[in-house]
Amino acid sequence: MLDVDKSTPPILFHHGEQFRLEKLPADRSRVIYPAEPLPGIKDPDEAIRQALLNPIDDDPLPTILTPGMKLTIAFDDISLPLPSMRKPDIRQRIIEQVLDMAAAAGVDDVHLIAALALHRRMTEPELRHALGDRVYDAFAPQGALYNHDAEDPDGMVELGLTRHEEQVTMNKRAAESDLLIYVNLNIVSMDGGWKSTATGLSSYTGIRHHHNVKTMLESKSFMDRHKSELHHSNWRQGEVIKAHGPRIFQIETTINNNTFGYDGPLHVLQKREWEWTARDRATFVGMKTGLDAMPASARRKIFQGWKAPYELTSVQAGEVEAVHEKTLEHCFAQHIVPVEGQTDVLTFGLPYICPYNVNSVMNPILVMCLGLGYFFNMYRGKPLVREGGVLIMSHPTPWEFHPVHHPSYIDFFEQVLTDTTDPAEIEKKYEKQWAEDEWYRHLYRTSYAYHGVHPFYMWYWGSHAMQYLGRVIIVGGDPRSVRRLGFTPASTMQDALEMASDVVGPRPTITHLHNPPILMADVT
Amino acid sequence: MSKLSRQVNLPKLPAALSPVKQFRSLGFPYRSPSTPRGVDPAPAEKTTGAHYDTAWARRTPARMARAAIIDGPMRLMVSGLAAPDRRGTDRLDALEGPAIFVANHHSHMDTPLMLTSIPEPWRHKLIVGAAADYFFGTKITSALSSLVIGAVPIERSKVSRRSADQAAELVNEGWSLLLFPEGGRSPDGWGQPFRGGAAYLAQKTGRPVVPVYLEGAGRILRKGRSLPRPSTTSVTFGRPLVPSNDENATRFAARLEAEVAALADEASSDWYRARVRAHAGTSPGLTGPDSGDWRRSWALGDRSSGAKRRARRWPET
Repeated sequence: MLDVDKSTPPILFHHGEQFRLEKLPADRSRVIYPAEPLPGIKDPDEAIRQALLNPIDDDPLPTILTPGMKLTIAFDDISLPLPSMRKPDIRQRIIEQVLDMAAAAGVDDVHLIAALALHRRMTEPELRHALGDRVYDAFAPQGALYNHDAEDPDGMVELGLTRHEEQVTMNKRAAESDLLIYVNLNIVSMDGGWKSTATGLSSYTGIRHHHNVKTMLESKSFMDRHKSELHHSNWRQGEVIKAHGPRIFQIETTINNNTFGYDGPLHVLQKREWEWTARDRATFVGMKTGLDAMPASARRKIFQGWKAPYELTSVQAGEVEAVHEKTLEHCFAQHIVPVEGQTDVLTFGLPYICPYNVNSVMNPILVMCLGLGYFFNMYRGKPLVREGGVLIMSHPTPWEFHPVHHPSYIDFFEQVLTDTTDPAEIEKKYEKQWAEDEWYRHLYRTSYAYHGVHPFYMWYWGSHAMQYLGRVIIVGGDPRSVRRLGFTPASTMQDALEMASDVVGPRPTITHLHNPPILMADVT
Repeated sequence: MSKLSRQVNLPKLPAALSPVKQFRSLGFPYRSPSTPRGVDPAPAEKTTGAHYDTAWARRTPARMARAAIIDGPMRLMVSGLAAPDRRGTDRLDALEGPAIFVANHHSHMDTPLMLTSIPEPWRHKLIVGAAADYFFGTKITSALSSLVIGAVPIERSKVSRRSADQAAELVNEGWSLLLFPEGGRSPDGWGQPFRGGAAYLAQKTGRPVVPVYLEGAGRILRKGRSLPRPSTTSVTFGRPLVPSNDENATRFAARLEAEVAALADEASSDWYRARVRAHAGTSPGLTGPDSGDWRRSWALGDRSSGAKRRARRWPET
């Protein structure tokens, strides 16, 4: 963490597919930087093999694979990791080893399912990237590798009710398997555990019990599993899966913070500003000048093409809950940064990508979700900003939507947000209609569209922050989009700070979250 | 008469004969001397075959020339004639240092196919084990083989200490080695049993062996044909293998052959079914059925990847 003084250089803010350098007020500002990338495991294949042979609270994988069994392997979808990682993807490494053990056991009935819940389906190139050509060519042509379909009337089963009367639904093939192996890739502490199967292989019927405003308001934060109602609900559903569902062998992994590389064109984004060498500065100036001169579509193409050189930091397999606790330890070891005290004003720059716009457009609803949902919740203990404080985000917030991926978002933006931005009111008045709309259902099942209800969940993701904050300001955003979201537009950081003073008083304390690479503040 | 002729009393040239006959009629010193009776002649120093010195072809100028040939005309030729589909190079991600690449052998096209398919950093520090009696028969073929493909002579009639030692020395110096352990091109489209040379070298040098399966090169230029016919090919790289402590060269050679057979199965069916059969020890062998010629030839039709490959389709449609 850095306390800003007069000698502190301007600080980097991500700004979609561009960047801003902002001078923060001296003597009352601080910058929280992510930790250096942890060293990656030198031999990932051997680490994976050891995890499968020596699982936590479970039998070695080869001993539970039998000829004639029905085996399903489910895996995390395109939303993880962010950005996509360089080949070979960790999922490929793991699934190839799992399948090799299944082949040794003579298992013939194997299905692979992208556990995407209500996200859009993965395309063939995306599946090939995640799993590799060998796995894709062996299973996809015969229909044994496919995307989960939460709206398939013949493809889902209801496993029962939790002790809180929450319905639990699951992909039928997975539920009826003798063994379900889940291959997870944790990029933040929200992922993994029972959420993998209870959400990833579920339907609207099951997911609505925790993807709602009440749950999100009681999750402080949803990145802290033990204080997250979102996770408590998923864990209750896990109890039902454990009792009435298939045997589950969970494989979880963590990666380090090496998002932009130790060298190459983007490595400067991983360094602290005062450490930038002449070469780094030249790289940055060249990059920024070039990006500013390009059309948005070209910038998007460049950034969406970036594959992060992430390295594996841990892999553990076995019983779901025991595995996940170990995963969280590794996740926090990379992400946690201790911070003392809250601040009046929290600032951050939003990058070009969030879990729901991989190879797509970051529309205004996703800007809200990334800022107020994900970044605001990157805390343990209490939020970085005090209650009633101000959040200043930097993003161009263009009035732009991907027509194939986000059709229901367009209607949500035009019809719902013009009426109200109150999450509870939106949930009550509009959710059911969007969730059960036949056209959105058709697009989700046969095209590459997010489910009709998905923009609602994005909006609920920010409900805790909306209730908690005194004002939200977006710097450099399209004023029309920003106002539609219910936020305040500002042209410059200076203007935004002056606007913030109206809410939190003069000379407020400011904390800048220098993210990504990812960090999570442990606020005491 | 010249001064030299006068000094050594050289024979006179018969004036009436044609120049050729005049030359043939010349004796020593224009012709080689005859060996006196009672003297055992010193054995002639061999400079071809396994004795050809290829060191010059591993020096920088020759390497640069070879790199230009491989990445220029050879790559163009391979693309035009073989259109290779290269698979499994990701299996080499963790491989560090020199390696021994072994592949099945059906055609003279195999070597250019491998030279343009083996990824960096191995491609441009690679030697090719080539039959001493075929590629190093004369000084001209020896020089061309050494320069163009980086060949080193390997005795295929026996496990020669000289060629094995030279190959091992070069691997220890950091050169990767490409070998075709069948010892020669397939005579009938089916593979031949792997010989132990590659396995022996792996044990001697401690370097991993990368099994590779080449499919389709036989259709382009099979043994006995002189003109190539364009076709499609695939090159499938397997995981690097090292001999285990209790594995001798013969058993390791058998394992290498089994791995190449599993890769052949992978190329003609799919990876998972190939792995199931590999673990069960039921991968179709490289050497084909043990039956009469026509049945072996008939069975080759089933082996072709083109015959078994299914059209790709999106699973949900």
